Amino acid sequence: MSEVLLVEDLYVKYYTRRGIISAVSGVTFDVIKGEMLAVVGESGSGKSTLGYAIMRLLPRSGAVERGRIVLDGEDILRLSEEELRRIRGGKVSMVFQDPFTTLDPLRRVLDQFREFLAEHGIDAERGRIIAEEMLEAVGVPKNLANAYPHQLSGGQKQRVAIAMAIALNPLLVIADEPTTALDVVIQRQVMDLLDDVKKRGTSIMFITHDIALAIERADRVMIMYGGEVMELAEKSMLAKRALHPYTVGLLSSMPRIGSEKLPSSIPGYPPDLRSPPKGCIFHPRCPYATERCRTVKPILSEVEKNHFVKCHLVKAL
Amino acid sequence: MTLNIYTVIGLAVILVIVLMALLADFIAPYSPVEASGMELESPNPLHIMGTDNLGRDVFSRVVYGARTVIVVVLIAVILSGVIGTVLGLVSGYISGVLDKILSFVMDSIYAFPSLILAIALSVALGPNIFNAAVAIAITYIPTYFRMVRGQVLSIKNESFVEMARALGLPITRIMARYILPQLTQTLVVVFSMNSADAVLTEAALSFFGLTVQPPTPDWGFDLYKGRGFILSGAWWMLIFPGGMITLLALGFALLSEGVSQSYVVKEGE
Repeated sequence: MSEVLLVEDLYVKYYTRRGIISAVSGVTFDVIKGEMLAVVGESGSGKSTLGYAIMRLLPRSGAVERGRIVLDGEDILRLSEEELRRIRGGKVSMVFQDPFTTLDPLRRVLDQFREFLAEHGIDAERGRIIAEEMLEAVGVPKNLANAYPHQLSGGQKQRVAIAMAIALNPLLVIADEPTTALDVVIQRQVMDLLDDVKKRGTSIMFITHDIALAIERADRVMIMYGGEVMELAEKSMLAKRALHPYTVGLLSSMPRIGSEKLPSSIPGYPPDLRSPPKGCIFHPRCPYATERCRTVKPILSEVEKNHFVKCHLVKAL
Repeated sequence: MTLNIYTVIGLAVILVIVLMALLADFIAPYSPVEASGMELESPNPLHIMGTDNLGRDVFSRVVYGARTVIVVVLIAVILSGVIGTVLGLVSGYISGVLDKILSFVMDSIYAFPSLILAIALSVALGPNIFNAAVAIAITYIPTYFRMVRGQVLSIKNESFVEMARALGLPITRIMARYILPQLTQTLVVVFSMNSADAVLTEAALSFFGLTVQPPTPDWGFDLYKGRGFILSGAWWMLIFPGGMITLLALGFALLSEGVSQSYVVKEGE
């Protein structure tokens, strides 16, 4: 079990006109070779920011304040822009949410593909061969290699994006809600494709708001809320016995076929990250919150093997 | 892009005048700088646009005069287009302090009335064709800069630009291959719009004797000279160069109108 990515005590802040937003606060986790780690959270939970921070693609207003991001033994926060270019697309790559806009509308698929390969030192002829191979591997018909993006369907575009992301056998692919913009049938196909990618030995960090999909597909699931990790466990543990009240809330908000009970929602709203609540960040919405939760911040602790929870009320087993 | 009536007429006018400039040696019946008839002859079969106060053929001067204006306009518009676009790209994409400084400089230039600025610059640089072109170019740089910068600010947040960065493409390549092509539509329109304006500015500079020196034929300068003879009834010295200036400006204006209209239609389809 070797780790591909190690994130340690990461803090990311956005400096906006309306104030300083703590988007990611003290996040620590790792990604193991060949696994799919799902990062689950609602909008504003910091899950995408985490992905962009690892790619070093944060918008101008965002900055990593503290922490380490170690990819394959290299602290990528120390790399120059030049070195980053070698790593992006090479060792780590990203698949984005909206496949309809991730390809340059004015250029043919194959041209974009080859340009990216050329940038990583692959000559034109080999670039064409690799591009065609990869497109075939992700199930894009060969004759579409010379098509313009508008001639492809949403699913095909996402396949092309994935083909480019995995062409150089990266160690890690960060997939930021890769199926959110697609219908469920295509969603299943894209998830199957990510499974295949995993089998090639590439680790996947699957960012999603869909806890059901995460539990179905990932090896481990990390639950984020308000920029912090609330729970991190193997999916079977989480499915059987989620411990954090937030995770429990998320799970019970899922509709279940055959169940008499209606799905319930978590009352309240996500925290204002310009001035996060004191103590546990989830306490204003937590049905079990005690006085201690309102004043003392809990720490992420391992309550059973490989099961981490950040909650005062969950005792080690 | 579909051709419409504006584009066709505009292009035709421009093409005719450009051809006239290129083939001046074959079209003009007389030398533009030597007397070929009596002074101030009114239009007649030998001199279809009459002669000026020195007995030179006005038609020949109009034909050769097209060269001056086209050279100046072309240099000015290309120069300002290239500089303005590159600065706008860099400024919009990189943003930060550089963007603030460049935007401030550009807004300062933009705040001047462009004609006054062009006159001042071309006096400062010294009166010749190239300096006139540079002076005009400087006044138009902010137009391109602001337009390009504004578009880059929105395009750079598009996913395909983000994707290109996530795949490790360098900034220069992203600007040249991913962002610049998105701007072509607007650039073509602004380019022809500026050309129309540049024709008038060039004429104004010539009017003040800030481009070519006599006896080189030039519409603006001939217009200035003709002004003195209007009371003598020599309307042809004024009407023909003036009409050509208007016609060429109109040609570019029609082209830009036509092109921008065809884009609008395309979007609505």
